[in-house]
Amino acid sequence: MKVIKIDKNEWASGLEKLRSAYELIGPVKEKFYHAFQSLESGQQPDMDYINTRVSPKYVIYPQSELILECSLNENDEDYKIYKEPEKEYTPKAILGIRPCDADSFSLVRRNFDTEEYKDPYWLRAYASTTFVGLACDQPCPTCFCSSAGSGPYSDNNLDILLADNGDHYLARVLTEKGKKLASAAGWSQEAGDEADQQIEQKKQEAESAIQSSVKTDKLASQSLLDLYDATNAIWEKEAFSCINCGTCTFVCPTCWCFDVQDEVAGKKGYRIRNWDSCMYPLFTMHASGHNPRGTKVDRLRQRFMHKLKYYVDKYENGIQCTGCGRCVQLCPVNIDIRRICNMLNSYDPESCTCEVTAS
Amino acid sequence: MVNPYIPYPVRIDEIKTETEDKSLKTFKFVFLNPEDEEKFAYRAGQFAELSIPGLGEIPIGIASSPVEKGFVKFTIFKTGKVTSYLHSMKEGDIMGIRGPLGNWYPWDLLEGKNVVIIGGGFAFTTLRSSIIYMLDPENRKKFKDIHVIYGARSPGMLLYKEELEQWAARDDLNMHITVDGTDDPEWKHHTGFVPTITEQEAPAGTEDTYAIVCGPPVMIKFTQPVLDKLGYTDDRIIMSLENRMKCGIGMCGRCNIGKEFVCKDGPVFTLRQLNQTPKEY
Repeated sequence: MKVIKIDKNEWASGLEKLRSAYELIGPVKEKFYHAFQSLESGQQPDMDYINTRVSPKYVIYPQSELILECSLNENDEDYKIYKEPEKEYTPKAILGIRPCDADSFSLVRRNFDTEEYKDPYWLRAYASTTFVGLACDQPCPTCFCSSAGSGPYSDNNLDILLADNGDHYLARVLTEKGKKLASAAGWSQEAGDEADQQIEQKKQEAESAIQSSVKTDKLASQSLLDLYDATNAIWEKEAFSCINCGTCTFVCPTCWCFDVQDEVAGKKGYRIRNWDSCMYPLFTMHASGHNPRGTKVDRLRQRFMHKLKYYVDKYENGIQCTGCGRCVQLCPVNIDIRRICNMLNSYDPESCTCEVTAS
Repeated sequence: MVNPYIPYPVRIDEIKTETEDKSLKTFKFVFLNPEDEEKFAYRAGQFAELSIPGLGEIPIGIASSPVEKGFVKFTIFKTGKVTSYLHSMKEGDIMGIRGPLGNWYPWDLLEGKNVVIIGGGFAFTTLRSSIIYMLDPENRKKFKDIHVIYGARSPGMLLYKEELEQWAARDDLNMHITVDGTDDPEWKHHTGFVPTITEQEAPAGTEDTYAIVCGPPVMIKFTQPVLDKLGYTDDRIIMSLENRMKCGIGMCGRCNIGKEFVCKDGPVFTLRQLNQTPKEY
């Protein structure tokens, strides 16, 4: 694999060259927190950021997205006939995305790209995006990527992986998309023989800096119904403090649930999909008023069972979590997916206990 | 890439009020583009999303049968925003349907078997589709004895009354119609709840007898012990579920029962399958 060296001043000038071919998106500091934003001409991404509050999932999967539109003018030939709106999928590059966030797209893809149905909006946006990752050298105390199938130097779903090496980046160019972007930016300086070893060493240092982890080895062999039925041992205690605010689902890079709503403006009808959350009672409420997940215990259980058991069983490809730690940081009542994951992993229905105690 | 969110445009060809309280109407739709009808090829037991531009979509079981050509039918209970609006629509109006969605009753498995259809209230729609399918001259010989047990609150609340009478008059179908109660002295069918009539009329649950059960939760709750008693094992009891849905294609995430989606892996499940999932329906 080719490693190239990008001096930081070349990085800045390279980005300017990319602008004619790509929309650039990168981390920008907004008041107190970082967010991924479209970079204006001359604006540089802040590559010293730790991580953003909201994940960059919106770049592929906007929080609110028009999916169909139609005329509501009776004189029009296509009156009330929904059609796909014309949309441009111009090439985008997400700069400085963390490996955990990049990996989340490969997890989410399993939902939107299936044998029977393909979600054209997600897939087109994904196909037009180049992922330029930035390896993590300063993980947060809430990070547990290395035990969640990702890692601070993981290159899953990345086109280029950058490692910050003082006055320059060492860049692993991983895919054709990555090659194309590097050449458009004019980054071509070979990094030399020791580069691979340097990256490897930084990777080991970063991995050893990660302080927290989850145990997932027994999740697949646990009985789905036993875990579901651990109401007294786990779910009621964990849900006790939950206020169903939905913050965990909105900041999560791997939460994909959506709602579909119709709106009318003037003589046009629009069908729009919006992020939704399993934390809200309306999510599952029937028109009759019956609600299969009518209590917050049901809803909290759904979120964690989905990520840690249903997904594990359905795709046989690990948990639906990359260990970014956002939900742990931002939950107003300190519900911690790491604790719940470890409880589910070690749960023993015979004794109704797990190694970790519910708080 | 086929966009699974785009409905086929249809015109409302006919609207029929089914019940005395006017809460149920059957809509017959004709596709604006004839080629869409071919793309909409379905099996009895599937559902579709009915789409009213500017208002929303609702998942509804297909009441017409694959052997009926030139149209599709849905019987709709007036209950929420979209269904209430639909009840105010007129013949000739344009809307959309998206599908067919979900799985169907296991017709291959049911070949050569006795089939008992047990339905209650307005959940009878995909059962109508199934009965018409099985009674089709080409198909009737594929099945052994067919029993249908169908109940509603009162005679005026039964769906498809004319067809019910036609089926009752046939000798290749055992039709058991019942109502919870009636003061009609002319009423010539059963009186009593569906579980009671099932106990009286359903055949024993032998190895080649399958029950398809579709109705309100209370009917299912009391019918199941009756079927147990008659000897139906959980893999020979077939049910159709409903849950709140949006996408209908297994992506929006709300209709799951455990790792199964009612919209894509269902709505048809055997009781055995349901016994292995959380009861979130």
